[in-house]
Amino acid sequence: MREGGSAPLSRSAFRRSRGDGPFRYASTGAGILLLVIMAAIAVFLIARAIPALQANTASFLTELTWNANASEPKFGIGALAFGTVVSSFLALIIATPIAIGVALFISHYAPRRLASFLGYIIDLLAAVPSVVYGLWGIIFLVPFMRGPSQFLNDYFGWIPIFGGDQVVGKSMLVGSLVLAIMILPIIAAISREVFLQAPKLQEEAALALGATRWEMIRMSVLPFGRPGVISAAMLGLGRAMGETIAVALIFPATFTISYEILSANGNSIAANIANGFGEANDIGRGALIASGLVLFIITLLVNMAARWVISRRKEYARVAA
Amino acid sequence: MSAVTPEIQRISGMRRFKDKGVQALVYLAFVIAVIPLVSVLWLVIANGIARLDLEFLTHSMRNIGARDAGGGAYHAIIGTLEQVALASVISVPIGLFTAIYLVEYGTNGRLKRSISFFVDIMTGVPSVVAGLFVLAFWILILGMPFSGWAGAMALAILMLPTVVRAAEEMLLLVPNDLREASYALGVSKWRTIVKVVLPTAFTGIVTGVMLAVARVAGETAPLLLTVFFTDSINNDPFNGPQMGLPLYVFDQAARPNDTAIDRAWAAALTLIIIIMLLNLAARLITYWRSPARKR
Repeated sequence: MREGGSAPLSRSAFRRSRGDGPFRYASTGAGILLLVIMAAIAVFLIARAIPALQANTASFLTELTWNANASEPKFGIGALAFGTVVSSFLALIIATPIAIGVALFISHYAPRRLASFLGYIIDLLAAVPSVVYGLWGIIFLVPFMRGPSQFLNDYFGWIPIFGGDQVVGKSMLVGSLVLAIMILPIIAAISREVFLQAPKLQEEAALALGATRWEMIRMSVLPFGRPGVISAAMLGLGRAMGETIAVALIFPATFTISYEILSANGNSIAANIANGFGEANDIGRGALIASGLVLFIITLLVNMAARWVISRRKEYARVAA
Repeated sequence: MSAVTPEIQRISGMRRFKDKGVQALVYLAFVIAVIPLVSVLWLVIANGIARLDLEFLTHSMRNIGARDAGGGAYHAIIGTLEQVALASVISVPIGLFTAIYLVEYGTNGRLKRSISFFVDIMTGVPSVVAGLFVLAFWILILGMPFSGWAGAMALAILMLPTVVRAAEEMLLLVPNDLREASYALGVSKWRTIVKVVLPTAFTGIVTGVMLAVARVAGETAPLLLTVFFTDSINNDPFNGPQMGLPLYVFDQAARPNDTAIDRAWAAALTLIIIIMLLNLAARLITYWRSPARKR
């Protein structure tokens, strides 16, 4: 039921051309190839994970430690999956409001002449590679965040997530902050493109009726842009879960389950793969591939939830329009 | 009558307050977003400029001892350019055609729904998982060597959903009136897509592709698992381990010498410059092709 889909004309309504057949087959074939790739990822990860899972002497789902290279392999995904989910959502909560603000600033607030230049600046934020953010995080942000982290712990320690006895630099909060910086430009850039496409007539009509700029945005831009913003946030969440090198450098790589984001907690499936691949033997590699399979499944569930939100919001946008 | 007027003014004041409040928040959001960028770029430039010289750009790390200064990233630059180009060559046509299928050809049948669904799922495929897949499929099961091509396949998987989503989003924004006007003139469907729909959506698609390229050019994890390391120049992306700039940064940063850290910063600066040039090129193409300019 999407806008701009196949036209409500029957195919016989317009003249056929020689290029139509091949073009249609190429398009359909590309779509099917994408499905084949997705199936292949699942199949080959499962194929390499099974031998390692059979050799595992602990429960893969509940075990917290990771000793996959031992002669009696004992490893589990529990702590890693917890860290992945918590750090990614923390990053999304930090990044999304700022990204929407940035997108609105560039599409509707910045002076016209400057807008495309300012948009380019935000694009540059996306162009900085994750390994550079990792270096920056470890050399600059980790020492820098010691003070603010201590402050949060001293004065807001009664809130469980800021609690804990030992505040450290390499914490889940700092890792999530770096993740938030990395996903912000993706969310902002796509939101901006969508906001810019909002119907100009509606905007001008709202302004002509005496609406302030904010009222105009709330009435015409945001309802129009909502599905785009949500799909942007989804791309951001996917990226946060997939980020490897930066969090591998920053997370303390402990195998604990704790909500205290200022303490030495924090690890993720991706970080564990990057940290563990070098010394992994055959079973170890299989174990890491098994953990990658879990990451794959988590992202699948997250995307299904996101898709449900989009289909729901689209109806809202349609009603409002 | 006169009692009505101040009431209206009071409401108006509240509205103005909200308007200015939101404006302040929006400006603040932009400033907050720029702070880390300035900080990162300043550190990379300040630390990277020292070693970013002709020797760095034209030499590899072959025969450079663990504690030696000197050496360069020529092999890594070559590797990154080849890997990213190959990944684009694989993913852009597939991605664009998939988007065209989803928007123009797909009826609301099961195939369209499942392709659209799995593009969303693919969006969330983490870079490590793409690397693990190519490792499991290409290297462990098919027994192929580590190579730039293996890395390019992993990067292409990461680019693909971004390209499809960006292109689809832009194709959907092309007004149906344009398509119908073209059909009404007797133009066939595929020519309508090529001559009317794609040019209208061109700007947004280029932005999406460039963001996809910028995303994968800095990916380290998939290269770590598929391209492997080398200190020598390898111009052939289909044979033997290559190097990539992000991998080079990661490799050098892990070495406990200041000379290596300096090389890491210089390589980070090189990588950012290459990506910035790519971005700038896309901006210029977008500007030249923009319909607003032809008016």
